[in-house]
Parts: sequence; C-alpha cells; structure tokens
Amino acid sequence: MDKIQENLLAEIAGLHEIPTGAYNIRANGEGAGRRSTEHIEITTKQDKPGIDIRIADGTKRESVHIPVIISETGLTEAVYNDFYIGNDCDVTIIAGCGIHNCGTQKSEHDGIHSFFIGENSRVRYVEKHYGEGDGNGEIVLNPQTIVHVGAGSTMEMETTQIKGVDSTIRTTKADIADNGSLVIKEKIMTHGKQHAETDFVVDLNGEGSSTNVISRSVARENSTQMFKSNIRGNNKCAGHSECDAIIMDNGKVAAIPEVEANCVDASLIHEAAIGKIAGEQIVKLMSLGLTEHEAEEMIVNGFLK
Amino acid sequence: MLELKNLSYNVEDEGKNIGIVKNVSLVLPDDKFFVITGPNGGGKSSLAKLIAGIYKPTSGQILYNGQDITDMSITDRARLGIGFAFQQPVRFKGLTVKDLLHLAAGEKMKSSACDYLSEVGLCANDYLNREINASLSGGELKRIEIAITIARGTKLTIFDEPEAGIDLWSFSNLIKVFEDLKRKTQGSIIIISHQERIINIADEIILVADGEVVKQGTKEEVMPLFSGSTFKCQFKR
Repeated sequence: MDKIQENLLAEIAGLHEIPTGAYNIRANGEGAGRRSTEHIEITTKQDKPGIDIRIADGTKRESVHIPVIISETGLTEAVYNDFYIGNDCDVTIIAGCGIHNCGTQKSEHDGIHSFFIGENSRVRYVEKHYGEGDGNGEIVLNPQTIVHVGAGSTMEMETTQIKGVDSTIRTTKADIADNGSLVIKEKIMTHGKQHAETDFVVDLNGEGSSTNVISRSVARENSTQMFKSNIRGNNKCAGHSECDAIIMDNGKVAAIPEVEANCVDASLIHEAAIGKIAGEQIVKLMSLGLTEHEAEEMIVNGFLK
Repeated sequence: MLELKNLSYNVEDEGKNIGIVKNVSLVLPDDKFFVITGPNGGGKSSLAKLIAGIYKPTSGQILYNGQDITDMSITDRARLGIGFAFQQPVRFKGLTVKDLLHLAAGEKMKSSACDYLSEVGLCANDYLNREINASLSGGELKRIEIAITIARGTKLTIFDEPEAGIDLWSFSNLIKVFEDLKRKTQGSIIIISHQERIINIADEIILVADGEVVKQGTKEEVMPLFSGSTFKCQFKR
C-alpha cells in the first residue's frame, strides 16, 4: 500500500495500521487484505462484486472494518456488501470510502450495503466518505444502505461526508420490527460546485418500533444539497426526523420531509431548520477574542462535531 | 481607565433619526465596580454595546487606557481585555459549555472549568459536556454566560442585566458571585442592573435615562433620585 492509500485509510477509518478484529480492505477494485475471526466470517460473493459478512449469534464487543480506497483515476465500481448479524450481538461496523483522484476522468464508488439484523442485537455502523486530489476528474459516491432491523434490535448509523466529494446520492431504506429502533446521524459539508442528496425511507412496521433521523449539514460556496426523508408509521410507533442546515456564501439546501401515519397510534414528528449562521453567534465568539472567520469555523465545526 | 467622550448613537426608524445614546461623556477609573442603572429603554444596554464594539457610535470617542478604541473591532477590544456578558445569552447547536469555557479561559486557565461553574452554582459534571442549545433553561444559560465571562479574567468586564431571567433562588447566589468578583478581580466591572442588591455593592452608580447620563456618583448621591414617581417625573419624558 502506498502513501496516498495509507492517507485515505487514515481519513476514512482512522486506521494507521492493520485493525484489530475482522476486516476487509478493498483498494482500486481489488482485495488488499482480509481477516475473519472466530465469530465474524467474511467471504467473497460469487455472483457479483462484494462480500458477505456473517456475524454469529451472541457476538459481543467485536468490530469489523471494511474500508474502500480508490487512488486510480477513471475507476468506476458498484460493490455489494451484505451483513448478516445474528441474535444477541453487540458489534461495531466501520465502513467508508476514500477516493484520491489526480486525473481527469471520473472515479466512482457505489456501495450497496444490506443489513439483516436478528433479534435483540445492537449494531453501530459508522461510514465516512472522503475525496481528495488535484485533478479535474470528478469524485462520485452513491451509497445505498438497506436495513432490516429485527425485533428488539437497535441500529445506530453515523454517516459523515466532510470534504472532497463532487457528487453523492445517498439512499437509505429501512424496515423495523417490534420494539426495534434505528437512529441515523448524518453529517455533510459541501463546497465548490458539489452536490449532495440524501433520501431516507423508514418503515416502522413493528409495534413499539422507533426511528430518529438527524441530519446536520453545511453548504458552502456554490454547493447544493437536498434532504428527503419519508417516515411511515405502520404500527404503534414513534418517528422523528430533523434536518438542520447552515448555508454560507451561495450554498443552497432544500429539505423535503414527509411523515406518513398509517396507524392511529403512530406518533411522527419532523423538524427542519435552514439558515445562515446567526449574527449574534458570531458576535458572541468575537467578544471572546475570535476573528469573524475563526468564529464561523468554530460554529461550523461544532455544528458538525 | 475607560473614557467616553461625547458619545452618541443614533438609529434610523421609519425615516426618523432617533438618538439612543446622546452625547455621553464618562470617566471610569480602574479597579472599581460600577453599576449603570435607569429606566428601561433609556440606553443602558446600547451604551454597554458601544463599549464592547457591538454597536458603532454615530459620533464621539472611546478611550481605553488612553488608546482610542472607537474604530476597533469586537475581536480587538476583546483581545485588549474587554469582556462582555450578554443579556440574552446566545445558543449554539453543537458547541458545549466546555468549548466556550476553554475558549474564554484560554491557555491561562487559572482555575479548572469546575471552579468557574461552581461559582455560578452549577455542577461541572452535569454541564461541561452539555450543548449550549435550547435544552438549557434561560436561567442555566444565564449562569453559564456569567461563568464564561468570569473565565476570561478580563481587565474590564461588562455584564448586561445579569439578573434578567434568573430565578429568585439563583438571584441571591448571583449577588454572592458579584461580591466575590468584586473582591477578587483586579480590574473594573460594569454591571447594567435594576437590582438594589447589586446597586448596594457598587463603588459608583451611573444613572442613565433617555440616552443621557443623569448622575454619576456614590449610592448615597444617586439613590435619592430613584424614589418612584419623583424619578419618573424628573427624567422620563
């Protein structure tokens, strides 16, 4: 692995060395390292690009790293990763994609991740997207996440895209069984001419199921963003979605929230707030000794923390 | 020493030019505790914001230790050693109490964050990692604002109506905070206040009404002007 690839790995997965636990590293469309463990088995798909990750019942406090890095210009790939998580598990899955594009051709990674979560399990899924490079080639990431949360299980999904991705369309679809819950925390910052779109569809099918979709984003310069969410309450359930966006320069953000109650006992809430940084926030931080620019940076960093 | 020379601040409202602060001249020597008081809408907060650089004066001059700071930014004044506690504390999504305390105290962290918070009656364990957002009550925000301002340890510290929005229980503690501050601080404190108990601990009181300084002096000199209707008749136009 060269320096560029090592940097990408550090950016997206915080990895400076081989991770402990199970992992699968994909670099420029090929496997660059893999380890299965006693409870977590990673195998290559036979019918299409991608891997299957099978986590045995009762696996606790274990992690799986599956970073993808691309440093070749012009590489376009769609990868299918399926996670089968057993009952009574407590695991952390760290995914992410880093692209370094120095060329003039488009580099694109479309990761399609499906989660089949058993009963009474807890899954934390962390995904970070990052792009860099001084070429004119576009960096495109279109992740799709499909989640089936079993009875009594919880999935916490944290997705972050802070820098460098020219175009992204994130699609997340989830269905949740009895007493299951899904928490999604999304952080996005776009700049330049970038465009980011997120589309969440959550079906609260089970009695006592719940979801909380929280999106915080900053659109700077001439970038544009679109936030769509649709929470469908099909049983006695609780759903909440919140889109909070800061716009700077000529940034544009649109939020299209939808909540759909198909059961009289469904309780659904949507909140959306889009606006520039409040002047009084800048004044307060300036009164503590920061310049206007430093104050803006602190507000944005805190907001996306 | 802070000097205001013929300071005026006007605003445009529906085509009319309205004087908020009118030709105010004041001398505030070092190491004293001042209370600026007077009727609502009389220009007290505007005067404080002019000193902190939040408002720009229409005319006049502000000198701090002999240096003309009239055209200085808020940042430069803060760096020069002027602290300002807002009447209505600002909320931040994502920034925590610890973030702002750290920014305020900087490298010279004289006491731990815990001490700053306990001075205003808050437990660091409960508050340090709380976001300064709508989940905090008005009273909590106010106390945090005071703690952050104290943490800066500035030579000139202005509190804009610190008692506003504070419940009765907290209020007696607040008086104690200012009594301690008066004892410990090496520098000047200016408090905009209506509260007699705060006025009682001041070295000097400045009575401001209708944008003008009516009187600057000791409690004994200024307080007689407060007596209810007399006050209104004399100065409220």
